[in-house]
Amino acid sequence: MQLHRFHGGLKLPDETAASTADPVLVMGVPSRLTVPLGQHIGEAAEPCVQVGDRVTKGQRIGQSKGYIAAHVHAPTSGQVVAIDHYPVPHPSGLSAPCVVIQADGRDDWGDTRMEPWLDWDTRDRRQLRQRVRDGGIVGLGGAAFPTAVKLNPRAGQRIHTLIVNGAECEPYISADDMLLRSAPEAVFEGIRIVAHLLQVDRVLFAVEDNMPEAMRILTETLPDELRDWVRLVSIPAIYPTGGERQLIKVLTGQEVPSGGLPADIGVVCHNPGTFRAICDVVIQGRPLVSRIVTVTGPGVRHPRNVHALIGTPFADVIAAAGGYADDVDRLVMGGPMMGFAVHDDAIPVIKATNCLLATRPQDTPPPGPLMPCIRCGECAAVCPAQLLPQQLYWQARAKDFDAIQDYGLFDCIECGCCAHVCPSNIPLVQYYRYAKNEIWAREKERQKSDIARDRYEFRQERIEREEREKAERLARKKAAVKKKPEESQGDSDKQAAIQAALERARAKKAARAAEKQGGKSAESTPSGDADSNPASDTDAPRDGDPR
Amino acid sequence: MRFRTESSPHIIPAHSVGGVMQQVLLALVPGTLAMTWFFGWGVLVNVLLGVLFAVAFEAAMVAARKRPVMATLADNSALVTGWLFALAIPPLAPFWVTLIGIAFAIIVAKHLYGGLGYNPFNPAMVGYVVVLVSFPREMALWPAPDTLPESPLTLLQTLQTVLTGSLPAAQEWDSVTRATPLDAMREGLVSGRTVDEITASPVFGSFTETGWEWIGNFFLLGGLYLLFRRVIHWHIPVAVILGVAIPAGFFWMLDPGSYASPAFHVFSGAVIIGAFFIATDPVSASTTPLGRILYGAGIGVLIFVIRTWGGYPDAVAFAVLLMNMVAPTLDHLTRPRIFGRTRGGPPPGDGHA
Repeated sequence: MQLHRFHGGLKLPDETAASTADPVLVMGVPSRLTVPLGQHIGEAAEPCVQVGDRVTKGQRIGQSKGYIAAHVHAPTSGQVVAIDHYPVPHPSGLSAPCVVIQADGRDDWGDTRMEPWLDWDTRDRRQLRQRVRDGGIVGLGGAAFPTAVKLNPRAGQRIHTLIVNGAECEPYISADDMLLRSAPEAVFEGIRIVAHLLQVDRVLFAVEDNMPEAMRILTETLPDELRDWVRLVSIPAIYPTGGERQLIKVLTGQEVPSGGLPADIGVVCHNPGTFRAICDVVIQGRPLVSRIVTVTGPGVRHPRNVHALIGTPFADVIAAAGGYADDVDRLVMGGPMMGFAVHDDAIPVIKATNCLLATRPQDTPPPGPLMPCIRCGECAAVCPAQLLPQQLYWQARAKDFDAIQDYGLFDCIECGCCAHVCPSNIPLVQYYRYAKNEIWAREKERQKSDIARDRYEFRQERIEREEREKAERLARKKAAVKKKPEESQGDSDKQAAIQAALERARAKKAARAAEKQGGKSAESTPSGDADSNPASDTDAPRDGDPR
Repeated sequence: MRFRTESSPHIIPAHSVGGVMQQVLLALVPGTLAMTWFFGWGVLVNVLLGVLFAVAFEAAMVAARKRPVMATLADNSALVTGWLFALAIPPLAPFWVTLIGIAFAIIVAKHLYGGLGYNPFNPAMVGYVVVLVSFPREMALWPAPDTLPESPLTLLQTLQTVLTGSLPAAQEWDSVTRATPLDAMREGLVSGRTVDEITASPVFGSFTETGWEWIGNFFLLGGLYLLFRRVIHWHIPVAVILGVAIPAGFFWMLDPGSYASPAFHVFSGAVIIGAFFIATDPVSASTTPLGRILYGAGIGVLIFVIRTWGGYPDAVAFAVLLMNMVAPTLDHLTRPRIFGRTRGGPPPGDGHA
């Protein structure tokens, strides 16, 4: 098969020998599990259990809201003892809402388990997609993007190629490698389900050439009926081949359009672990409650892969790998290139935890002194997105957010190649994250102020309109009031007044006459009526004012 | 257990500025030794003085700018500037030429512009041009390559010459120094002789004067080492050499009697060291692949033009400085196509996925 190259990238040491020596260790149930409600890209789930509730293994405890979101399930049976903010694996080190479960040790599925679908091929696509959604499946390569979304191409979009991303390109990580060695059947079954769901023409199963054992096992176990349309492809181990866009380029020679998705060119990519999770939820009714984690690095005594429940504290996982080496001083979730260092090992394994890397000062020395950029251009030479990282750096420093977007900031995949080769120790990716966040924040701010402005303008307009209407009404009324005296009423009023005066005079006379005659009081009401009438007329609009 | 947190990548960095500069210095060694072989101790004396002055000025400027002195000196960039400057001037030039040139290079061309990384012009070349236009007599004191018997000066005599500016009693400037091949070619052509007549002189080797050829070869060796270690990329050196050779070849084919051969141009004077060591100074060069090719080609063509029709026999420094001015524009005009986009076109999506 004709392979292609993407620009740049790095040849990095493999470092997976130590963690692949032993088989995957299935870890037991910890006594207490902290399950974050937001483990994926998108909206965090909303808790659907309460403190004190008994939960069974696989029971939904977090209900996803929104489209790009995923449910969260209880990794084991037990009791919910807290729903609160706890530290979670996140670069910020901040706390986030979690459901804490005190395990009862029975690991009991209860009767809430989804029905196994051995006959999945009779189900329609919508049902299968719903099952994946119900299982809380997210991409297990590290990004944790909700899988059901990727299985739901837009109307009119035809997916012809399904890619299995077995390019575990960061040094140290071997979770996919070990999965492919230990459970290839489940992965193939997952491939079958997704291929059926998306109606693809072909499947390209990419494995890096530094995983020969996995490749051998896959070649041996590939079922005969898949051989026609599933193709195992050995690809060169160049970081970041595991990046979706880079892998698609290597396999198909096509580039996913900037700002677009692989589905735009008819391709969908999933990690092998995700296929296994899909197989589990569809065929066994088992939601995503555990995953393989590589525990490795010179900072642990016995590097290996473990199968851990979501919510297991990092410290337990490290203990399963023989504990820390003496002088460990950094713990990273993810690989050395894109992973982030965590403060604390009390935080839990989440769906995105593909690797825990512990290092000593000699492996990851504190960064040397920050030097000025010497414009050597090494960063541009290795950038797989074909950007000019040093220009982006200058623009980020200058806060020139228009120029930086023009130079393709949002095409940056944050792979870290540029920072690795930078002779001046400039934390380039940090600058890009900063710029991206700043731009997002400004965009949000702008949207907010747009809304506020719209509301303000609307209110101004309403007030103006009302005032205009009021003024018009008033003018009309005034005109109406004025018209009366001017035209018909003007004369008649005078005459009426004269008449009234005359009448009053007459009445007085009459009264006096009556007094003289010892008669009753005079009738003064007609004149009073005439006075009050215009006043009540001008009042009327004021009463009718909606304000 | 609590841990130290740093931003990714969590892996030992591949390069350091100090390391890069060290590689450059290492690559300069063979050419420098070859120059010493042919021109005598003066080359080493100058390199030593150049490096010494450069480090001293660098330290003073860094201290004056209240930056960490030792950490800054560790970037080795002043060493490279001092060394390159020393190779550019005649080996018997008096010490104050080096002093003034380096002062200008480090103080004005480098630190007044903001120090390492911020200088738009190559500091060594700025310093060189300052002394070249200011002290034409001293800058013409190129010894004859050491294939001739009358030239050798001992180390002590060389030191004395450099420090006092006058030769030992028994020596005459005319017997010690000689026109460089470029001077000879220029003078010869101006006085109406043909290229063949000029190169027929026994001091000329296969391309140019014997010693100069070998010096070029050894700098080429160092340059190839830098390429091999990926300290530099091929674009600039190849473009410089072709930029000289192609126009030179064109005119040479039109009239071989009045124009020197492309090989003569490439192996005379400073083209090789310029292509691999001076034009590749990353700070003042273009940074995009296409930009680098244009930048290098511009330098090459300018070298040929100035040599052929300009007022100076060699032109690497002028060509480099002129192209330094263009580098930012070249960068702007030669941005590479971004992955997933068409060249120069707007992104197909809205960029905010």
